[in-house]
Amino acid sequence: MIPAAWYLILSAVLFLIGVLGFLLKRNIIALLLSVEIMLNAVNLTFVVFSAQHRQISGQIFVFFVLVVAAAEAAVGLALVIAMFRNRESLNVDRSNLLKW
Amino acid sequence: MIKIIVIFGGVMGSLAYLTWVERKVMARVQMRPGPTRVGPYGLLQPIADGLKFLFKEDVIPTNANRFLYIAAPVVSLIPALLSFSVIPFGPWLQVTDLSVGLLFIFAVTSLGVYGIALGGWASNSKYPLMGAMRSSAQMISYELSLTLSVVGVLMIANTLSLNQLVLSQRNTWLGFLPRWNIFVQPVAFLVYVVSAIAETNRLPFDLAESEQELVAGWHTEYSSLKFAMFMLAEYANMVTVSALATIMFLGGWSGPVFGPGWMQAVLPTIWFILKIFVFIFFYVLLRSTIPRFRYDQLMKFGWKVLLPLSLANIVATSFIVAIS
Amino acid sequence: MIQLLFFFFAAVVVGAAINVLVQRHVLYSALSLILMLTAMSVLFILLRADFLAVINVIVYAGAIMVLFIFVIMLLNLPQDEDGADRLRWLKFLGIPLGLFFLFLVGATVWNVEPASAQAQLVGSPQAIGQSLFTEYLLPFEATSLLILIALIGAVIFAKKDL
Repeated sequence: MIPAAWYLILSAVLFLIGVLGFLLKRNIIALLLSVEIMLNAVNLTFVVFSAQHRQISGQIFVFFVLVVAAAEAAVGLALVIAMFRNRESLNVDRSNLLKW
Repeated sequence: MIKIIVIFGGVMGSLAYLTWVERKVMARVQMRPGPTRVGPYGLLQPIADGLKFLFKEDVIPTNANRFLYIAAPVVSLIPALLSFSVIPFGPWLQVTDLSVGLLFIFAVTSLGVYGIALGGWASNSKYPLMGAMRSSAQMISYELSLTLSVVGVLMIANTLSLNQLVLSQRNTWLGFLPRWNIFVQPVAFLVYVVSAIAETNRLPFDLAESEQELVAGWHTEYSSLKFAMFMLAEYANMVTVSALATIMFLGGWSGPVFGPGWMQAVLPTIWFILKIFVFIFFYVLLRSTIPRFRYDQLMKFGWKVLLPLSLANIVATSFIVAIS
Repeated sequence: MIQLLFFFFAAVVVGAAINVLVQRHVLYSALSLILMLTAMSVLFILLRADFLAVINVIVYAGAIMVLFIFVIMLLNLPQDEDGADRLRWLKFLGIPLGLFFLFLVGATVWNVEPASAQAQLVGSPQAIGQSLFTEYLLPFEATSLLILIALIGAVIFAKKDL
């Protein structure tokens, strides 16, 4: 018997790691990977609540989160390729032409 | 526990002898005798090959990425062997009967793509990298038509568990024609077989490891035991997709059961192995006879022909299932 | 036994996630993420969501991460560059605040959730299919449209000459 609290704390830890990665990494692809970690943490939370309240809707929502993550990863990586072609670098800090 | 030992022991032994079968059949097609020197009919040849692999010098290229170089064959072999844990070799000869067994096998084969991609990348030379990229792109493209082609079978059998799929094909029509899915879903069967050949990187779809173009593709820089692991993984994948084809389309271990008690226990497994052998024989015959696809022809075929065909099969099957 | 499995795979998940952040080369980060996704699938199985567990591996670890690995291998960069003008001291502010967030979540969750997550609901394909194709049919069709748009967008962005 594993209390739901442990799962939820695990997913909070994962979300935190994702946010830290998103704020602290400089490589664009690493930023996309951190977003994937955050989405996975949210998936875990949904599944935990779906198991606890005995409704299948939580898992359906995970399904949709998965689809959105796939679409976002595909478009994000295409953008990364386009950016790399113009700039020869994947460093986010080099893409600051709009900065005042 | 005994099931695990029996199944894995049998699988590993048969993988070694699969190399013997392939060399003999290919040789006979090409009108030469094949391995005959080591033991009667060359039957000890796989053992000689295994010993040779063990004693060869283990070369790691200087600029290769050590961790990934050593990890890639392992990453290739583990998913290939893991899929044998859900395949029913007989009415009770199955390690575990997952309720999503079929999807488990597809999940595990999609993890096998990484072994090839990492092997090519870690070797740090151009032929492996090109071979690995081509092979990974090919494998993920044909995974789509592979998984979609069996949806028709799943709609008819209404289950994802492999044992249930076998059990749903036990009836007969007219008393003697077995109710195999190959008669009910012929288009799905053809699409599945072609996708399976492409998925396991066999001729005519083996541009990634073609001997004429890319020295040896992604496993150019590999020697001795790591190469043996790649080869084992390839043959294990072949056996897995053949086993899946027999389970879904040829009725798995179902077949006429007769004779005394002990024979009735063993006979389903023998039928299963014979049916797998039909597919493997077909694979080896294809390898000996048909020329290779060019890479763009390969990708066009996968995306423009097989994928729409499997989708059309799903639509047609769903209509028929909904009506009846 | 289940607790042992939970702790082991939770440790693998957290360790792999931290490894994603710690590695210099982005290829190792992607590989750690794949490990994290497969360990997450085991956690899903512990919660009896077996269809989602397998779909997680097939879609996420088997297709999306292959996309990432392709792009990383295609762009073929050396290790991360140094000396960027990102505010470096944010690390020292962020990590304590993060731990405080964790403490808040833990305190809330510990007291409010007495029930256990031992599920009687099995996320079998039949159950998910029933719900997905009757109650959630409109979002399902909308996601197919979303994937079509993403497909067209990705192809256009990655083209060399429009």
